[in-house]
Amino acid sequence: MAEYLVLIYEDESAYERPAEGAVETMMEGHRLFGERHAPSIRGGNALQPAATATSLREDGDGGFTITDGAFAETKEALGGYYLLEAVDLDDAIAMAKEIPARAGGVEVRPIRPL
Amino acid sequence: MDASVEAAVADAHRREWAFVLAATVRVAGDIDLAEECVQDAYAQALTAWPDQGVPTRPGAWLTTVARRRAIDVLRRRTAHDRFLPELVTGEQSVSTPGAESAEVPDDRLRLVFTCCHPALAPEARVALTLRLVCGLTTAEVARMFLVQESTMAARITRAKKKITAARIPYRVPRLEELPERTDAVLTVVHLVFTTGHTAPLGTDLVRTDLVERALSLARMLRVLLPDDADVAGLLGLILLTHARRSTRLSDNGALTLLSDQDRSRWDADGIAEGLGLVRDALRRRPPGRFALMAAIAAVHAEAPTWSATDWAELVGLYDLLVAIWPSPVVALNRAVAVGFAEGPATGLSALDRLADEPQLATYGYLPSARADLLARLGRGDEARDAYRLALQLTDNAVEQEFLRSRLDALEGPDS
Repeated sequence: MAEYLVLIYEDESAYERPAEGAVETMMEGHRLFGERHAPSIRGGNALQPAATATSLREDGDGGFTITDGAFAETKEALGGYYLLEAVDLDDAIAMAKEIPARAGGVEVRPIRPL
Repeated sequence: MDASVEAAVADAHRREWAFVLAATVRVAGDIDLAEECVQDAYAQALTAWPDQGVPTRPGAWLTTVARRRAIDVLRRRTAHDRFLPELVTGEQSVSTPGAESAEVPDDRLRLVFTCCHPALAPEARVALTLRLVCGLTTAEVARMFLVQESTMAARITRAKKKITAARIPYRVPRLEELPERTDAVLTVVHLVFTTGHTAPLGTDLVRTDLVERALSLARMLRVLLPDDADVAGLLGLILLTHARRSTRLSDNGALTLLSDQDRSRWDADGIAEGLGLVRDALRRRPPGRFALMAAIAAVHAEAPTWSATDWAELVGLYDLLVAIWPSPVVALNRAVAVGFAEGPATGLSALDRLADEPQLATYGYLPSARADLLARLGRGDEARDAYRLALQLTDNAVEQEFLRSRLDALEGPDS
């Protein structure tokens, strides 16, 4: 068995004025996903919008530069994640296909065991 | 060294490499280790076969030696190494296809599907397939694609690392995934073929090494997936196209168009085999893209002369192909067929609808097809401009020479 972090990237503007029922459909999708794959889900959360992010970088002088915003500004922002246990990449991809991400997509990253 | 033994080893390398490697990967659980062991086995054959004689089943002999070596290495590995990620083989997987079919799938199929996994970059799929399934060295693969050996080595290493780290499984996909995954494999083989059939760069029009590799890969897939219509279509397409190989260049090395080729010199056996495969491929409804491309090649193969070509049939086939595979390149070929079926003016208007396709912006065949239609319409100045543009977009020396000769032929009366 292996673990995969599935990162959900979506265009946040799609949720500023969502279509009627869009949010409910998404929540229902997550609920169903959670039910169906409960034994494989090791964790997961939704994140506050990227505008709430704070980025820190060592300034090389013993201190930190603290900036407002996410590390990388992209059209699609990280909005949530799941930590999944899967047999292999095909298994992880099959599960990831069921994660709602209408306004973007998901990225499947293998966890590196240490 | 006995020359016959050397030839036997070389022959076993060409014929059995994929079989031996694929069988060894399952024992080694690691592609790199398996490759090393298989290379050792071939080296051992060179010293053992002169004494023992060439075994009746060289592939089985090589597999036994390679697998034994892999087991030895695994035994000697330290406890630390045991924690390294292992390749995921079918046995550990929840989704072994054995449940649906009683047959044990050939190990070579697992290898092909792993090399052509959609999670790998397309150019990495091609490189891995040639390296691991065909057994070419990294230097050979690099030469085929005219890139530096170090670039190719990095590409292959990166792909192998991803297979291990992301746990891309070493198995045949589930039945429901099979059509999509088979398409990815066929795309790789088709790309190897088209790259060889008309080399995008360099001094040779045809890269025989690539064409032959594509042909043997397609033949192998045909053996491993005998019921797959798309596999039949791809093998048919390759055979029918390759059947024209000896007539594509004139004696002095100039490109000869389909219209001017000596059809009596086409490979009749290749055509007969290809036509049989096309019939097989078209049995499935609706036909897939390789079946349709093969059917298009079959129309040309069956026409006794250029003027007897059934252009209406070709336009019909292109219509079906565009419908399932809306690629601008296919639409371009359709427009060319329209130009013969319904006249150059209709062909030109079909072609000009593609003028804004970004994918065709640097595609030399668009202006050269346009130039031909313009020339047939007597619009010489525009035809010359289009040929000049095509020349700028072509990096193959034989094609450049052809375009220059076309341009020269037009520098006649009205210039």
